[in-house]
Amino acid sequence: MLRVCWKGAHAAARQCVCGKVKAHPLQHCRKYSTAGDSGSSAGKIVAASLLSVGGGLGGAILYAKWDPKFRANVEKSVPYSDQLFEMALGPPPPPLVLLQKKPGKIEPLQIFSLSEASKESKQPKDKAKKSDPAPVEAPAAVEEAPAPTAQTLEGEECKDHHEPELKERPAEEVTARLAQQDKAEQDALAALTAGLEESLGSTAKTTLQAIGAQEAALTAIAAHTNKLKEAMDSETPPDEKSSQWKALNEALSDRTRAMEEAEEALLKAKGELENLRGVINSAKQSKINTARPQILAAEENLHSMIVDLDKVVTKVQTAQTEAKIVSQYSELVNEAKAQFQQELANITPETQANWKGLSGKLSADDLTSLIAHAHRRIDQLNRELAEQRVREQIHIEVALEQQKLEDQKALERAVVSTLEHSREDMRLEQEKKAQEVREVMEAEMRTQLRRQAAAHTDHLRDVLKVQEQELREEAQEILNSKMMEQETHYRRLTQEQLDTFTLDMNAAYARLKGIEEAIDSHVIAEEEARKAHQLWLSVEALNYTLRSAGADFPTEPLEGAVGVIKENCAENEFAQALATAIPEESLSRGIYSEASLRARFYDIRRLARRVALIDETRNSLYQYFLSYLQSVLLFEREQVAPPAKLAPEDLDTFKLLAYANYSIERGDLELAAKFVNQLRGESQRVAQDWLKEARLTLETKQVISLLSAYANAVGLGTTQAP
Amino acid sequence: MSEKELGQKWDHCLADSAIKFGTGLGLGIVFSVVFFKRRTWPIVFGTGLGLGMAYSNCQNDLRSHYVLHSKVAKEQ
Repeated sequence: MLRVCWKGAHAAARQCVCGKVKAHPLQHCRKYSTAGDSGSSAGKIVAASLLSVGGGLGGAILYAKWDPKFRANVEKSVPYSDQLFEMALGPPPPPLVLLQKKPGKIEPLQIFSLSEASKESKQPKDKAKKSDPAPVEAPAAVEEAPAPTAQTLEGEECKDHHEPELKERPAEEVTARLAQQDKAEQDALAALTAGLEESLGSTAKTTLQAIGAQEAALTAIAAHTNKLKEAMDSETPPDEKSSQWKALNEALSDRTRAMEEAEEALLKAKGELENLRGVINSAKQSKINTARPQILAAEENLHSMIVDLDKVVTKVQTAQTEAKIVSQYSELVNEAKAQFQQELANITPETQANWKGLSGKLSADDLTSLIAHAHRRIDQLNRELAEQRVREQIHIEVALEQQKLEDQKALERAVVSTLEHSREDMRLEQEKKAQEVREVMEAEMRTQLRRQAAAHTDHLRDVLKVQEQELREEAQEILNSKMMEQETHYRRLTQEQLDTFTLDMNAAYARLKGIEEAIDSHVIAEEEARKAHQLWLSVEALNYTLRSAGADFPTEPLEGAVGVIKENCAENEFAQALATAIPEESLSRGIYSEASLRARFYDIRRLARRVALIDETRNSLYQYFLSYLQSVLLFEREQVAPPAKLAPEDLDTFKLLAYANYSIERGDLELAAKFVNQLRGESQRVAQDWLKEARLTLETKQVISLLSAYANAVGLGTTQAP
Repeated sequence: MSEKELGQKWDHCLADSAIKFGTGLGLGIVFSVVFFKRRTWPIVFGTGLGLGMAYSNCQNDLRSHYVLHSKVAKEQ
């Protein structure tokens, strides 16, 4: 039946599928046929949509190019649009707001530092600014004053060298500034002193050089003058005269050279002095107090150098005047000599200029003419002398006046210079005095400050002592209170701990007891379970032995298995009863399986049908033949479902056999046996053995099923749910 | 096996009938030949006799179960 159904279903399915397959191509064809007409309109629609989309995109891109805000909006709202825009337009323009802040922040700090530096160092700015590099100052200044000056910086962004607002600066800043100032001062001082010393040194050198040169000139002049005097006055032999004149010339040249050198040196010295003066002035302008003594010393040095130089110069000048006088005198003498010589030459033309060589070669005429000339000259000279004597007074007066004038001039000059010198001296003295006074004042101020500081420290100490005392007391109090608290807390905790411990112990003990009981009960239960399990296993073994039946031969004798069961349930009466209820035959010989009984039934059926008419009354051979004929000619259903109740007409052999066949086909051996039991006559006789076997099997099976049910029940009862 | 009993009986029956038939036939032939100058009636008679005996035996055998067997009880 099932197969028929399957086949029918397959056929139907195939039909359905075929039908569907057949239907689809038509549909497709139909679709294709209609698609051709609407193709052009679809194409138009597609083209129009593409165009609109492209136009929208292009318009969006162009507008985004023009308006960055729109671009930002679109990028925010539509994902992946930023990539598209980047592809089409390039990276977005950088946000202007952020970048401007950063350089703005860095700049004011630098400007601030620069202004700070310019404000602080009102000293030789070049050196101060260069030696104190801005970054060293800037971080120091910035780190310690970021907060108070940050606000001020914000306002100075765009202005250069804006003076910062005067706010009270914290102590560290003040000390830093002071330190900075000190450092700057010291640096400037060092620079100054170095400069001063340098210039002093160079000036001194040059001045000394000048002085030396001047003195050399002086000596040269003196020498020259002496030589000249000698040359004029002495009556040395002629050969020495020439050497003398040579020496004189040398002396003259020496003098001129020395004079020149002296001049040069003087100029140089003067220049250096001017430099020094300039340096001193600039040093004075720097207003570093500590440099004052050095400045004063430099000034003194300068002054002394000037004085020395002036002295030497005056000396040289006097020497020069003397030399001039001497030279004048020498000139006059030379002039007179020359005149005389000329006269001589006039008188005695043949005599040569060098009249030294004439000493032995003069003739008498020459000598007389010479004497006459000499006499004439003497007369002239006498006359001149008389004249001179007369004019002497006037000359003397004139000379005196000249001398007076010159003296006056010299006096004035000297006065002026000495005045200047004295003024300078006084100024220097004053400055020295001022310096001393200042130092004294400073010392006094320092002592006063020290005293004040000492007083302050004393006061602070006292105050601190008092405060310390107070704080100590307070701390002690707090400590005590905290200690008390901690103590109580600790006590409470320990008590709690103890309590919890006792509780836990009790609980643990109770649990232990409970566990022990549970374990004991478990043991019992497990024992029960084990027994039940054993029973069940043995029942299963029995069941297994039932399967050992073959097609035509019975199972093994069930003795062994039943013996095991009997062993396992020695104390269980029910099981024992059941075990003993198993029929003897099955124990000794075993039972047939249901399948073999089924197979045997067909033979029985055939035979029973053939001898259906034979019973006690009818049992001749003719009846046998009739019965056989009946069985051959009677057509009936092989299997008929038996009714719930048997009516008397159902007790016909054939019907009974049909019922039995049906039952046995359905696996109901018991019902089949019941029907077979209703057979009468020869049929009954024929089915006797089969019935016996069936009965045996049924009995044994029943007992075994009871046993297994019982074992299952016991097992269920004893197993504990997980 | 009770079902095999019937079969056995029938086997027995057939065997017996075959023997009796054969014997009857033989004796009939013999008697016909020997005593009755080859007439057919002794053969037929003999065969009939044999068959009849076989039939009767068969029948008795098959109904043996239903026939009551009595015993003569010994007198005390």
